[in-house]
Amino acid sequence: MLVPVKWLKEYVDININTDELADQMTMSGSKVEEVRHWGEGLDEVIVGRIEKITPHPRADKLVVAKVTIGGKELQIVTGAENIHEGDKIPMALEGTELPNGVIIEETFFRGEASQGMMCSPDELGIPKHMVPEEFKGGIWILDPDSEIGKPFTEVLPLVEDVIEFEITSNRPDCLSVLGMAREAAATTGMELSPPQIKLKEEGIDWSNDGAVSIEDEDGCYRYVARRISDVKIEPSPQWMQQRLIQAGVRPISNVVDITNYVMLEIGQPLHAFDAEKIVDQHIIVRQAKEGEAFKTLDGVERKLTSNMTLIADAENALGIAGVMGGEESEITDQTTSIILESANFNQDRIRKTSQELGLRTEASSRFEKGMDPELCLLAANRACQLIEELGTGKINAGVLDQYPKPAKCFQMEIRPEKVNGLLGTDLSTDEMIDILNSLEIKAEKSQENIMVTAPSFRKDLQQEADFIEEIGRIYGFDKITPTLMKGDIMVGGLSERQKMEERLKDTLAACGCFESLTYSFVSPSSVDAIRLPKDSFKRDFVKLLNPLGDETSVMRTSILPNMMEVIARNIHRNVPTGRFYEIGHVFYSELEETADELPMEVTELVIGIFGKDEDFFTLKGIVQHLLEKMGIKQISYEAETNHPSYHPGRCATVYADGKLLGTMGEIHPIVGKNYDLDKDRCYAAEINGNLLLEMASVKPLYQTLPRYPSIVRDLALVLEESVPVKSIEEIICEYGGDWLESFELFDVYQGNQIGEGLKSVAYTMTFRHTERTLKDSEVDQVVQRLVKELQKQLKAKLRE
Amino acid sequence: MEEKLKQLQEEAAEMLEKVKDSKEVENIRVKYLGKKGALTEVLRSMGSLPKDERPRVGQVANEVREHLEKAINETRERIHEDALEARLMKETIDVTMPGQTPVQGSRHPLTQALDELKEVFIGMGFTVVEGPEVETVSNNFDMLNAPPNHPSRDFSDTFYIDENTILRTQTSPVQVRVMKKNKPPIRVISPGRCFRNDTPDATHSPMFNQLEGLVVDEKSTLGDLKGSLEIFAKHLFGENTQTKFRPHYFPFTEPSAEVDVTCFKCQGKGCPMCKGSGWIEMLGSGMVHPNVLRNCGIDPEKYSGWAFGMGIDRIAMQKYGIDDIRLLYENDLRFLSQF
Repeated sequence: MLVPVKWLKEYVDININTDELADQMTMSGSKVEEVRHWGEGLDEVIVGRIEKITPHPRADKLVVAKVTIGGKELQIVTGAENIHEGDKIPMALEGTELPNGVIIEETFFRGEASQGMMCSPDELGIPKHMVPEEFKGGIWILDPDSEIGKPFTEVLPLVEDVIEFEITSNRPDCLSVLGMAREAAATTGMELSPPQIKLKEEGIDWSNDGAVSIEDEDGCYRYVARRISDVKIEPSPQWMQQRLIQAGVRPISNVVDITNYVMLEIGQPLHAFDAEKIVDQHIIVRQAKEGEAFKTLDGVERKLTSNMTLIADAENALGIAGVMGGEESEITDQTTSIILESANFNQDRIRKTSQELGLRTEASSRFEKGMDPELCLLAANRACQLIEELGTGKINAGVLDQYPKPAKCFQMEIRPEKVNGLLGTDLSTDEMIDILNSLEIKAEKSQENIMVTAPSFRKDLQQEADFIEEIGRIYGFDKITPTLMKGDIMVGGLSERQKMEERLKDTLAACGCFESLTYSFVSPSSVDAIRLPKDSFKRDFVKLLNPLGDETSVMRTSILPNMMEVIARNIHRNVPTGRFYEIGHVFYSELEETADELPMEVTELVIGIFGKDEDFFTLKGIVQHLLEKMGIKQISYEAETNHPSYHPGRCATVYADGKLLGTMGEIHPIVGKNYDLDKDRCYAAEINGNLLLEMASVKPLYQTLPRYPSIVRDLALVLEESVPVKSIEEIICEYGGDWLESFELFDVYQGNQIGEGLKSVAYTMTFRHTERTLKDSEVDQVVQRLVKELQKQLKAKLRE
Repeated sequence: MEEKLKQLQEEAAEMLEKVKDSKEVENIRVKYLGKKGALTEVLRSMGSLPKDERPRVGQVANEVREHLEKAINETRERIHEDALEARLMKETIDVTMPGQTPVQGSRHPLTQALDELKEVFIGMGFTVVEGPEVETVSNNFDMLNAPPNHPSRDFSDTFYIDENTILRTQTSPVQVRVMKKNKPPIRVISPGRCFRNDTPDATHSPMFNQLEGLVVDEKSTLGDLKGSLEIFAKHLFGENTQTKFRPHYFPFTEPSAEVDVTCFKCQGKGCPMCKGSGWIEMLGSGMVHPNVLRNCGIDPEKYSGWAFGMGIDRIAMQKYGIDDIRLLYENDLRFLSQF
């Protein structure tokens, strides 16, 4: 909402400067977006007259103009196309500095001297919305009456402070200069003096000739009509045009400008019909017929529905209520009498109508926020007053005012102790009453309490808290003493599961992994890219009804595609190596077993790595380390040859305590190809985050340090290469005996020395007794038994 | 004989001064002190001396032996030291060569920013609560007093799954869940992903992260809200941080306030980041609307509360000087490794 400060000052006596006013208004709840000081730095631009225009002898797109500026004639070269001989234009002369920082100098264009510049709105620093359509992209042509040589700012006095306020959706009453004046008065403590309306009516009462009937009482709450005759359509006076421009509205002609002026001033949208186009001057407000066609004044033929309210006469539709008038009844230069509409419509209807038609107008955007029906008559009369004062027409006696159910003002008692209790203040009842009165909220003492009556324009005041806010904000939030929370001391912190998630992130960071965050929504084809089978439950997506695009149209059922995208993006950007992880939700269409019946959300962890030093085992190392740090016991890895996303020979399923924890492996080359990865191998682990965080348990318990020496034995076995080390280790665990403290695989060898189809696997085993020193012979016996078992079960031989 | 001993001593000392390695020292030791060594020879011939001279010569011989032993030990030490020094010199490296850095990852900048916020509130007695990203219209809007026709409910603002289910547009529904389940006093923060129907550009993302907080207790006041959020701002941005509470409108709080803090880049002097104002809009806040309390089964006559919410993406971007929100979700390693 753009508010010219001079206009505001007509209704409230503000004796502080604009910036200070802006600060105070912000602190009382009317947030200032920007303070603009229009016209600053344009003092030296003066009015000139174009005497003669000739083509530039050596340039097609330029012309040479002779311009007089108070007795002097200048030669100006310009490329502007909208100028004519005789036009008055704003001239910047040699030495003038424009708002954009350009200093004008005499220059030559293809040999022709140019002794200044005709200014476009842009060069004058005038924002686009303030520029009349015809001057956009050209020179601002001034009023023909402008005096040559006079400063431009006097001819078109844009020099003005304008404050742009952000108006919150609960305060449509602030979408007017008068509304903001009311706020300013309450904020600064000054009196509000609204415009005084005096009407000079003429002739016999037209309300006997015309009529208004509201058939659609659900759609229209009030309809006021006045008639103006002897109308002369012409441009509105300069002062009015300038105010409109400052407030961001383009001037058109006197009648339209006056209705817009009153809308900006009071907030009520008005509409003027050509009275002669209305059959019997009888206005009927009715529901549109389903499918009824209607041409709005923008020339577009529109199909209506029965949810829309129409302004009509006995034969034709005249306008879509609160949105836009019709082409047929629009006022034209030939119009001689008008009927002025000032009405109040159902805000939800207007909102839906405007949405369905894809037609948003200044009027509709105001009506959909909820207007005060009490403004209708005031606004109609104010417009008539201006019409009469400006000699635009004669006001016919009589008003048609249909107001079937006059709005009631909301009334309640509020409790001063509740006011102070919620705000943390110590205000007296009288102070509260003064503040409320300053906002035109009627407030009187009622025993201990205050009886408040909300004015008709404040529909947002509906309960005690609403009035408390009014008192608080005008008193000033900044004056409220900050206090500490009272009540019981509370211990905050993280839940066990949240702590485990912290540990997980720390551990993965220590493993060199960077956390990535990607969108929760993905493309449905993302599961094709990771080659999920047709019958996979992960294809059963939670779908968005209104996605931004196909790429973000379903909720992810796996983080692997997101991880692949991250890896591919990094590889394509020539990042040589990388380790990433993401922990987040995936979504299944199966519903949670709660009353909400929401889709199931499950936490998933995905780790992804790539680079020349990475392989299956570097990934497995990360997984192993993570699980160990999370205190997960009984881990086992089993070869998985059938997972479509992974290399069939390099994929493992991970179990913890017999439960499926996840899958890890080298990404299948076809999957890689789907992400435009050719030679680059990458590796990923998908882990059930819920299970991991549930099973995680970190409760360190001190083990006594060994007091007796250990005995170490190395064991090198030769066996068939297809035997997984897991089988060897199971036997070591089973037959290693109680003294086996630990064992470690330290070498695997395949090659000439041991023969085709075989491999050598070497372990270091550490034996220790907790209460005495072991003898070599005792350990030898254990090892012999173990070797025998390995020979028996795996056909392993000791390596020579 | 005495003279012979002295001569031996001098002769040995002279040799020891010249030796370069421990083997030579050993040779010298054997030559003089060994079983067939010169000194031993001399001592062996003591028998030929007159009886009365023996003790004196014996004493001299012992002195010479001690002297020689000492000299040999000293020489050994000298050789060791020399050898060590020589080895150390040989082992000299170019200390200006680069070190081998351990590979360490990090949390996403958004997580890091959130961690910092969480820490402050946890210190103030808040518990961290989480909820689903796919929410009910009821929890996200109805319970929070959003008017039935509020534009935020439109298709153009909110992603819908069906007419009753959406992607949450804020983390406030988590607070609704907490209020429905728990009795006051309540003191929680709820971080998480939120979604709005915005086309991505430098400042908009259809997915973003929020942190919201809620306190419900007997006699909670707007003064408490001010006091607590002031402490929060000082913890996060430094002791000299000022806060400004501007009245505003949110459907779920009444009264409502937007909170500005002193620009942490320019300390309030005015800079491009704060558009010259010296202030940064930090969060929205207010006293929980009585309708919201009632909706969640809490008696607004007995309890009051305050709530706040802030965008973590924006805070992270301001804090780290990130000028395009899309960078946060691209996960370029060269970006992530800066934090």
